Amino acid sequence: MNYQAPTTIEGAVSLLSEASGNTRILAGGTDIIVQLNGEHIDPDLILDIKRINEVCNISAENGGFRIGAGVSCSQLTEHQGVMDLWPGCAEAAGLIGSTQVQGRATIAGNLCNGSPAADSVPALVAAQAIVRLIGPDGIREVPVENIPTGPGQTSIAPSEILHSIFLPSTPSRSGDAYLRFIPRTEMDIAVVGVGISLTLDESDICTAARVALGAVAKTVLLVEEAGAALIGSKIDDNALDQLALTASAACNPIDDKRGTIEFRTKIAGVLAKRVALIAAQRARERVTGRIGEKS
Amino acid sequence: MTNIQVSTKINGDNCEFLCRPEETLLEVLRDRMGLTGTKEGCASGDCGACSVMLDDRLVCSCLVLGAEAQGRQVDTIEGMADGGELHPLQRNFIEHAALQCGICTPGFLIAAKALLDKNPDPTETEVRYWLAGNLCRCTGYDKIVRAVLHTAEEMRGTELG
Repeated sequence: MNYQAPTTIEGAVSLLSEASGNTRILAGGTDIIVQLNGEHIDPDLILDIKRINEVCNISAENGGFRIGAGVSCSQLTEHQGVMDLWPGCAEAAGLIGSTQVQGRATIAGNLCNGSPAADSVPALVAAQAIVRLIGPDGIREVPVENIPTGPGQTSIAPSEILHSIFLPSTPSRSGDAYLRFIPRTEMDIAVVGVGISLTLDESDICTAARVALGAVAKTVLLVEEAGAALIGSKIDDNALDQLALTASAACNPIDDKRGTIEFRTKIAGVLAKRVALIAAQRARERVTGRIGEKS
Repeated sequence: MTNIQVSTKINGDNCEFLCRPEETLLEVLRDRMGLTGTKEGCASGDCGACSVMLDDRLVCSCLVLGAEAQGRQVDTIEGMADGGELHPLQRNFIEHAALQCGICTPGFLIAAKALLDKNPDPTETEVRYWLAGNLCRCTGYDKIVRAVLHTAEEMRGTELG
């Protein structure tokens, strides 16, 4: 096995194209190095992208933020601008593993690992995040929900590198949130995770909503019916009941030691209601027009 | 398979080592540098026994490749005491009997120091969440948490005085 740490994205893309055999791209390493230590993978090349400055930064862009693929979850939760604009995304990143793991783990890696239970992915899907992939043919911008294709599988081509994830600007009176169910209080994998982002108008009526579910299907799900249940409502009890029904109806989970099909299906609805209420409260508290300008 | 030459700084000292590409920073510290204070528990990032600081960031050294340390700064338990004088956390771990077998202790000390450097006045809840990635099978955690909270109080007092 070889180890390379190029200092430019172009250099990384050429190394990846020229490499023969199996290459693994190293960001935070909290999945890949575990697999290496356990001898579950045996790559010919480890391509470390953390010497590329542009992928290790969070930068303000068009009222949103571009999160480089090498940015750790700790960097994200310490960033006031991201915390103000997309608190649900930052909180989801802050739920992954321990303090030690968050010091290394990245949301890009969380996405590329392809786990249906990845905590940051439902929050990113709800946020309409856009993934920037760079390959030998140039740049490809892809909605985050189109990346996972199955457990451990993604639509990223073998010659492409995930460069960054863009969190867009939001209209005023918007809010997001993410909650997961775990049987412990910390250091666990989601049995169900729910991310919601929504926008309210001046009379408190919901004008836009995106609902994403984790750990209840082969991939993280964007549930349009669940978003539609909120739109047009004041996030009242009727809308929340409809949200819970549509969220549960979208579930197609497995039975395993962490949760049964029945439990996961019910909890998806319960959590969706709670997440919608937090997101709505955040939307109401949002100070118009100031959020995206902080960095 | 070729060895990689790495120049880094460990506990403030410049040093160089050769390592295999798949070798972890934990293996380098223990087997090549003789710094055996950092312990291996799980080698999968679950137990925190191998906690070190990498460029002032708390990490599990079992989840860092040795090659990644090039040009970085690594701080381990061996650098915690000031010469013969124990760090207040080390002294209070002893005074509060916050250790029994001792395998998890270096990781707890490194993690607790990272917390107090960032937050000199943590609540008990903050201490418990921060240390959730450090496992101890002997103490039941309570004495560790008391030792950390007592140290925080003591160090705040020292700064004020």
